[in-house]
Amino acid sequence: MSAVSADVSESAPAPAAPATRRKRRGVRRGDGLWPWAFVLPLLAGVLVFYIWPILQTAFYSFTTWGVFGGFKWSGLDNYSRLFTDPQLYRSLLNTVIYTAVVLLGVPIAAWLASLLNTPGLRFAQFYRVLFFLPYVAMPAAVALVWRMIFNGDYGILNWALSLFGIPGPSWVNTPGFALAAVSVVGLWSSLGFSMIVLGAGLKNIPPELYEAAELDGASRFRQFRSITLPLLAPSVFFVVVVTTIASFQLFDLLYALLGNHNAVLPKTMSLVYYFYNAGFVENDKGFAAAIAMVIFVLIGLVTLLQFRLQRRWAGNA
Amino acid sequence: MASFPRRALAAVAGTVAAAATLVACSSTGASTASDSDTPYSAPDTNVSANLTYAVWDQTQVKAINANLAEFNKKYPNIKVNVDVTPYADYFTKLQTEASSDSLPDLFWMNGPNFQLYASNGKIEPITGEVKAGAIDPKNYPQSLDQLYTLDGVQYGVPKDFDTIGVWVNKALFAEAGVPIPSKDWTWADLQSTAAQISQKLASKGVYGISAGMDGQTTYYNTIFQSGGSVISPDGKTSTYDSPATQKGIQFWTDLVKSKAMPTIKQLTDTTGDQWFVSGKSAMYQGGSWARSEVAAAPIAKDVMVLPVPKGDQQATVIHGLSNVVAANSQNKQAAQALQVFLASKEAQQQQGDLGAVIPAYNGTQDAFAKSMPGVDLQLFLDEVSYAKPLPVSKNTAAWNTLETNLLPDAFDGTKPVDAVLKDLTSQMNADLAKE
Repeated sequence: MSAVSADVSESAPAPAAPATRRKRRGVRRGDGLWPWAFVLPLLAGVLVFYIWPILQTAFYSFTTWGVFGGFKWSGLDNYSRLFTDPQLYRSLLNTVIYTAVVLLGVPIAAWLASLLNTPGLRFAQFYRVLFFLPYVAMPAAVALVWRMIFNGDYGILNWALSLFGIPGPSWVNTPGFALAAVSVVGLWSSLGFSMIVLGAGLKNIPPELYEAAELDGASRFRQFRSITLPLLAPSVFFVVVVTTIASFQLFDLLYALLGNHNAVLPKTMSLVYYFYNAGFVENDKGFAAAIAMVIFVLIGLVTLLQFRLQRRWAGNA
Repeated sequence: MASFPRRALAAVAGTVAAAATLVACSSTGASTASDSDTPYSAPDTNVSANLTYAVWDQTQVKAINANLAEFNKKYPNIKVNVDVTPYADYFTKLQTEASSDSLPDLFWMNGPNFQLYASNGKIEPITGEVKAGAIDPKNYPQSLDQLYTLDGVQYGVPKDFDTIGVWVNKALFAEAGVPIPSKDWTWADLQSTAAQISQKLASKGVYGISAGMDGQTTYYNTIFQSGGSVISPDGKTSTYDSPATQKGIQFWTDLVKSKAMPTIKQLTDTTGDQWFVSGKSAMYQGGSWARSEVAAAPIAKDVMVLPVPKGDQQATVIHGLSNVVAANSQNKQAAQALQVFLASKEAQQQQGDLGAVIPAYNGTQDAFAKSMPGVDLQLFLDEVSYAKPLPVSKNTAAWNTLETNLLPDAFDGTKPVDAVLKDLTSQMNADLAKE
């Protein structure tokens, strides 16, 4: 985030300053293996723990597995089965809905961050910790507490609703409500992280800009539109990308909140839960690998799209 | 901002990598079943080895440690690490370990997972130990010896067992003014009793009966009681569409419909045992293992227990765990020595005396039967005579998931019972065909 530093005041996308224009030296033959030696530690980790498993998964998605290993080539079988399985589309839809709800947290986080940024606010640090706590709390513990809140008979939420004469549903095991419940908890727990990042982004906007704008007679809204928004855009972009990726991987929260003996699961499960179910409950590893590949490609596409969009609206900041 | 793309892309890569590693760490080729005629002889008492013993129930660790202390008197140099993994993750972990041939030397096995490990040669038969006279299967309930036998080869003897009963809150019966049924009660008795209590105590939110709504404690019992079954004897086809089985499912649908029992949603939010121990249901059909929870609850002084009621016939589900040795254990002889010890009368008596479980060795169950003064726990032991083992196949988990997902619609009347069972049968058959 430090890229948005104070010197941003001189026309935002600071064209590479002359000092840094020094010709970047590429790898030459004479360098021998040295450059590789330097990147090797990092490269090895990425290769062994990221690239290689991805390639393996891609390969296994074309195979059918025995329960404890041992596979045979089955071509596109897994994929044809996968794309005709309505559960895939249901899980995809659920994941998209969940992601959309959690992304609603970004503007909320921006608003909260700006409130916390109010000069002279007392206990600002305390509030910040308060909002950040859910993010560092274990999802399983968080889910346990929310499970009690959502309890249909004895939960505090339905008790509160009953004060207004509204009979609350059994939140975590009524189709529809279950996904809503999971999404709300997801939003709530991601709020802290977004707030910290956006707060830092806000802090990096030099106050002189606002002073100057005020002198020029810019309205509050105009200040927000022309200063805050463009200078905060990179932080917003970062938060959106990270939140989207994390939301697409929804699993632990869903698993812990709904339990694995919940009849609404087929209607509520996320893509990763679908993967888990195929791979570790039904012992169908090849099929699970195919699901993993679909998730991989989807997240890749969504992220690519986000980068395209970034160039559009954050690029000319 | 130039660093964002790279960071974000790394995160993208990380997404699937995490998933992929899980899949990728499986090794190729299932090892073939080891020779079941490997002879067994007790190792030297000074043999030294490090063993891992994997279990899932923390509450039994005390009794296990007591067992191990005895074991170490004989084999002082065999060090045993007890590895506790909560049940929810136990078999996921075990399966990963089995795939990479790094199973614990000795570990707990249950009925639903047994055939999977046995048929893939992951666990060691006890044939050698039986031939050497170190273990005698006749000392344990026969239905459980059967549970751990596949194609005529036995892989373990039960370490404990459990049967199902109906826990009763006498105080709630008294409050409702409903007489407590006798031990030879029937389905009709249970249904009318429960409905009466729900009706009389409706203002307090008390229900007549609650249950776990899983197969073992709930509907497998009534299916067996109506003469039905879940899976064909050869384990190849589902029998959920048989009329007798349907009758066993319908039993619970009727209870929900008459409001004798909370709805399925209510029972998912707050489990059957929680309804009972918090005094919100007058009866709870549950396992013998509920004893420790019930005894610790505020209602403990008002509790008694009844056998499961009789339908067309008397039946209950029996299940028990077994200690099995990994086929590729590095310290197989030491692991088998521990397996033999844990199956002994001495060890199981100790387990029973410490109140952990109902030990499986015939004649060691006295301590359990007397562990709740005034409560006739003996009936859980008497039920063994007509108990039927938990239905299992090679990939039990796959169709257990189907049961969990599909049956609630039948129980709470969202869909007709026969339609749900028809659907369940065809999906279960598809899973069984893949085994």
